[in-house]
Amino acid sequence: MMRVCGVLVLSVALCACSAVSPVQPWQRDYLARPEMAWQPDVQLANQRGHVYFSKEASSGGASASGGGCGCN
Amino acid sequence: MLRRITAGFVVVVLMASSRGFSLELGQLAPSFSLAPLQAESSAQLDSRAYRGQVIYVDFWASWCGPCRLSLPQLNTLYRDFSEKGFAVIAVNVDAHRSEALKFLQRRPVDYPVVYDAKRELPALFGVKGMPTAFLLDRQGRVQHIHEGFRPGDAEQLRAMITQLLAQEGAI
Repeated sequence: MMRVCGVLVLSVALCACSAVSPVQPWQRDYLARPEMAWQPDVQLANQRGHVYFSKEASSGGASASGGGCGCN
Repeated sequence: MLRRITAGFVVVVLMASSRGFSLELGQLAPSFSLAPLQAESSAQLDSRAYRGQVIYVDFWASWCGPCRLSLPQLNTLYRDFSEKGFAVIAVNVDAHRSEALKFLQRRPVDYPVVYDAKRELPALFGVKGMPTAFLLDRQGRVQHIHEGFRPGDAEQLRAMITQLLAQEGAI
């Protein structure tokens, strides 16, 4: 009997987990807003990234592609 | 006995918590009635009024990138086929009506656009991405589900619409 109660409690707990609903495709408008972007100015961020890895010779450290020569 | 009850309960719980409904090809599309986007106070648009026509129900939003491509091309299809029994009903799902209106000022369309303020219709149709459209035949059955919109899709749709318009118009 205790085992049955345990399963029931576990089931209800699992059911409660499903209350956290994912963001639906039609609800993504707030996420699509410019102010929600990681970088407010993408071009400026790319320029800074380029300067950073050129000076540090650490291409890839800031998720930038290249061979580390600072020439690209 | 208790084991069976427990197993049944678990199945019911798991079924109740499952998500991800979507309309399948061949299923009847649900009918709906929504207010036009441009005139909130005017009479609601009832999808049942379009029975017997080939209908393209298009879910779109102003923040959706491919919608910038799809709306003008859908408008061309609407102009070409509207007199032959083709209708487009665009369902806007923006959080703010003003943003959709601003979008339509830049890209005006001739077909009716309704506003789903409660955003319940996409779930009823089972929209999985933006934009998603459902092409319905004259009987109201889903014949094609169009997810996203890429260059060249309009020609694919044109062929499907021509084929569906050629079918008998039994209601």
